Amino acid sequence: MEVTRQKVEPGSLRVSQLRARQMLRGDIEDTELEEYVQSRLLTTTLDKAQSWARGNAVWPLGFGLACCAIEMITALAGPRNDLSRFGSEVTRASPRQADLLILSGRVSVKMAPVIRRIYDQMLEPKWVIAMGACSSSAGMFNNYALVQGADKFLPVDVYVPGCPPRPEALTHGVMKLQAKIKGDPSLGWRERYEAEGTEELA
Amino acid sequence: MPDATGLELIAQAVRERVGDGAVVDTAYYRGEATLQIQPTAVREVLGYLKHDADEPFDFLASLHGLDHYPEEPRLAVHYQLLNRHRVDRLKVATRMGIDDPKVPTVTDLYPGANYPEREVYDFFGVVFEGHPDPRRILMPEDYEGHPQRRDYAIGGEPVLFTFNEHETPRWYE
Repeated sequence: MEVTRQKVEPGSLRVSQLRARQMLRGDIEDTELEEYVQSRLLTTTLDKAQSWARGNAVWPLGFGLACCAIEMITALAGPRNDLSRFGSEVTRASPRQADLLILSGRVSVKMAPVIRRIYDQMLEPKWVIAMGACSSSAGMFNNYALVQGADKFLPVDVYVPGCPPRPEALTHGVMKLQAKIKGDPSLGWRERYEAEGTEELA
Repeated sequence: MPDATGLELIAQAVRERVGDGAVVDTAYYRGEATLQIQPTAVREVLGYLKHDADEPFDFLASLHGLDHYPEEPRLAVHYQLLNRHRVDRLKVATRMGIDDPKVPTVTDLYPGANYPEREVYDFFGVVFEGHPDPRRILMPEDYEGHPQRRDYAIGGEPVLFTFNEHETPRWYE
């Protein structure tokens, strides 16, 4: 058998690959093995693990406002754009069990207090996605009947443009939100909007 | 649709049955027959057209309000009637001033008029006397004003376009 030798750069990926192979074959022993494990140990904090788990289990509220809600259903539960690939498909029928409120459609003046109550019933941590032009800025309905942007009465984390947005756009919005959750563990909206002391204790 | 002659026959029958002053005008325009009546005579005219007419209009297809601003009298209520045997349609219209807009309700004749009458009240402020549930239907219950009147401010927020950019100088700061 012909033996070929190749030069391995010290510190390269190939070195750690060969080292891992040696470890699996049992070629590393005793103190050397101990050093190896020490060097490869995944160091993390509980907060990071928590926000990672949180970000991958965002449960949206089964709640629709208008035509965007139909698009939201296809994005959440449709087989083509299955949002469960990203851990966000478990729509909850109760605001007590939901983490995410997707404002899918126009917010009328009459509906705004209802939405605010639903939002207040959700448990912290909670997030809001304004889906589509209407809930972001009232879209083309610049009139007496609609709230001119849902951020007038509740904090919105992600705005997804479109009329309606493509299902991919909503998926992208949810992934943006997940990145936000994973990136910063202190993501309660009270901290974000400097609203400490406004908790309702009822 | 009744043709122009048919409309005149209906108008004549209404005059004979309900009274001379009930019918204000008739109009036949682009195939649509309109019977213009006094607001006080709405119940009698519709009751006659539903029950006693030779070819009764037994179905209220639509009921809606209008604002003819700046014409006077401003407000109007239209009743779109349908004869389901001949598929014959008749528009009964009535106009009233803005100061005290009142029309008797027709919910007992046509139960389907309940919600449309509430909607007309909500958006135009026409009071339907004798309505079983005279509340707003679409706007919040504490809303003030009747927003579909044409002199009502449209609301919303000013939006920056190129045509009004000069009105807010240095908006980008």
